Amino acid sequence: MTLEAIRLDGVEKSFGAVRALAGVDLVVSAGECLGLVGHNGAGKSTLMHVLTGTLSPDKGSLAVGGVTVSGEWSAAASQRAGIRCVFQELSLCPNLSVAENARIMHSPLRGFGWKKRASDLIRAKLDEIFPGHGIDPDDEIADLPIGKRQMAEIARAFTVMSDPLRLVILDEPTSSLDAVTAEQLLAYIGKETAKGTAVILISHLLGEILSASNRIVVMKDGKSVAERPADGFDRMSLVAAMGSEGHGSSSHSTSIVSSTGTSPVLVKAHPDASKTGPELVVRKGEVIGLAGLAGHGQTRTLLQIFSRDHASVEAPMSFIAGDRQSDGIFNLWSIARNVTIRSLKSFTRFGLIDPDAEARLAEEWKSRMAIRTPDMDNNILTLSGGNQQKALFARALASDATVILMDDPMRGVDIGTKLEVYDMIRTEAANGRSFIWYTTEFDELAYCDRVYVFRNGKISDEINAGSISEERILQASFAESAA
Amino acid sequence: MKPALKRLGHQPWLGSFIAATVVWLMTIAFTGGQGGGEILTSALSFGTFTVIVGLGQMMVITTGPGNVDLSIPATMTLSGVIAMKIMNTDEALLLIGILAALSASLVVGVANYILIRLLRIPPIIATLSSSFLILSTAISYGRGIRIKPPPSLAEFATVRYAGVPVVAVAVVALSFLLAIVLKRTIYGRTVLAIGQNERAAWLAGLNVKSVRFATYLLSALFAGICGILQSGFSGGAALNMGDDFLLSSIAVVVIGGTSVAGGKANVPGIWGAALFMYLLVTMLNIFGASPGVRLILTGVMIIAVITMAGGEKASR
Repeated sequence: MTLEAIRLDGVEKSFGAVRALAGVDLVVSAGECLGLVGHNGAGKSTLMHVLTGTLSPDKGSLAVGGVTVSGEWSAAASQRAGIRCVFQELSLCPNLSVAENARIMHSPLRGFGWKKRASDLIRAKLDEIFPGHGIDPDDEIADLPIGKRQMAEIARAFTVMSDPLRLVILDEPTSSLDAVTAEQLLAYIGKETAKGTAVILISHLLGEILSASNRIVVMKDGKSVAERPADGFDRMSLVAAMGSEGHGSSSHSTSIVSSTGTSPVLVKAHPDASKTGPELVVRKGEVIGLAGLAGHGQTRTLLQIFSRDHASVEAPMSFIAGDRQSDGIFNLWSIARNVTIRSLKSFTRFGLIDPDAEARLAEEWKSRMAIRTPDMDNNILTLSGGNQQKALFARALASDATVILMDDPMRGVDIGTKLEVYDMIRTEAANGRSFIWYTTEFDELAYCDRVYVFRNGKISDEINAGSISEERILQASFAESAA
Repeated sequence: MKPALKRLGHQPWLGSFIAATVVWLMTIAFTGGQGGGEILTSALSFGTFTVIVGLGQMMVITTGPGNVDLSIPATMTLSGVIAMKIMNTDEALLLIGILAALSASLVVGVANYILIRLLRIPPIIATLSSSFLILSTAISYGRGIRIKPPPSLAEFATVRYAGVPVVAVAVVALSFLLAIVLKRTIYGRTVLAIGQNERAAWLAGLNVKSVRFATYLLSALFAGICGILQSGFSGGAALNMGDDFLLSSIAVVVIGGTSVAGGKANVPGIWGAALFMYLLVTMLNIFGASPGVRLILTGVMIIAVITMAGGEKASR
């Protein structure tokens, strides 16, 4: 009978209408390495945030070391309980040294000589995990290459002071490590678990998951859908477990069968900015999907095309942001001004904007996109999120752009709006516009003529409309091992 | 009528005009109604110069947080010194002098932009350090000699009709022009967009770099114009002629209701604020306040006006 490090019972978490966790039961035993896999939106990140106390669940209970948590569950409580997390987006302070970052986690490092003790602590751990690491504890994080930053962060998570070490969550820990250091880390995980520490390993490298884990849990749609000892899975069965049966067939029926094979090529780009590797090609009137796990170079490729960097583009472009607040809207402006900003040239006479023409354009797109507002002169922030997104679509579609770049634009948009916009995209593509559409939702790929799957910043598969299936995209998103 | 009045009440520039009026009324109440007209005339004369540089500063500040032009006083001085020395009181050289002074100002604008854009120095440091270079150039070029402006320039800078300075009328026209530029041109829209969200402006296909460049040029150009007019007004260029304009160019922008965070400009507010600042100092002088008290009260009054005018921003 092994001790349990952590237990979740029926944990649920919703963000508005989106159910990120739909009742998760999960037990991690002491001394166990649990592999956790799932595609975008499966709920992995939300689950990790619940464990680390940065999100509190709507429902369900959490037990640490067999004792149910009754009081407030917070980041501090999680830290006291010995839960550590290495997030995919690195979370060290770039302006501090490695040793100073170690101090942030360990408040007992105080008084005279704390810096020396912090240095010793982190150096010992680095030596233990990554022999020959070449990192000086006095190095400032900002000066370190990304791989060494990740090593420092991993080592920090395993350092022990006053709080016990119960569970370490590693979210894509090897994404910036080379093969040798990745191997060192996996070997260390084996040693650490032998001492009784539990580890949750999240990775898109299935080979890594299969070899390092004792047990693997597959998540999908906010639930754990499969759970077996690691040797009960192989690559094929893992991919199969992440997908679902119904999806594949439905996508074929809705896809557009188009004869764009001979129309002119508008965009050509090498996603990794090198001349090697597969090329992304977009023809007139095509809807091109960019798929794969989030953060594998899709947005970067869109921006690369937008700035015509290592990309040849034969048409005017427009960009539809997914992150409305930081990339999209001008929040001091009216809806009308937000819509017309990309099209001002078309109604400028003798250098002056024609206000009537501007108002007409705004009104036209209010009705075409069905933007729900009594007055386009109202501030953009009076709109709901979905309608703000429609305004951004209107901005792009009202313009002279024939290539529209979309950066996962349906984030947080209600289903009604989505369906309206899908229709619009189809109509516009039939009229000769091309779309390059990064999406994290499988269902949206059904609207694409061709899909490029991204992995580690490169195209790992190119799939034509007829053969788009969830399984094939999963196959291409998850690699066997680091190449 | 009602909605128009209501809309007027929401204008952030209204506060500065009300403040200017109140200060003026207090002053003439103290003097028993004497000299009210003269005070207004001189407020218009002196305020006009602040407005010219304030307009340039407003455009720069509107392009977003961190953007400010601290080289305005130095550029004014350089422009004034070059204009006076080249004109050398000769009417025939008037145009050449103006062209040379304005060209020098544009060079300053280009230099500022190079520091900011290519060397990635924050605007506040870039324009401050460039002012030292500019001022040194002006000193070595001017060599301390005081040359009178050509009579026609002096005439233009000082002449009044019915108590209204001609320069003030010209600058009102310039202000209208700039207001139209802001509202009705792609350049103006771009300035406002960059000030709200530079990344979104770039992704919306706007030409962020060239608009930012043009804005620093514009500010330098306005400083140059102000330098020439100020030299004509006060009988020659002086090396300290720009000193008062460092803070006042920024103060009129802020008091006038332009957002320090960028993205929102206000042209009429600059006028209200410039008149208010001048009238405030005049009032304190007439009240016989000592220089120390005058400075303290000026500071307090500016804070008070900004607090009242900023009520709308706080609710956001």
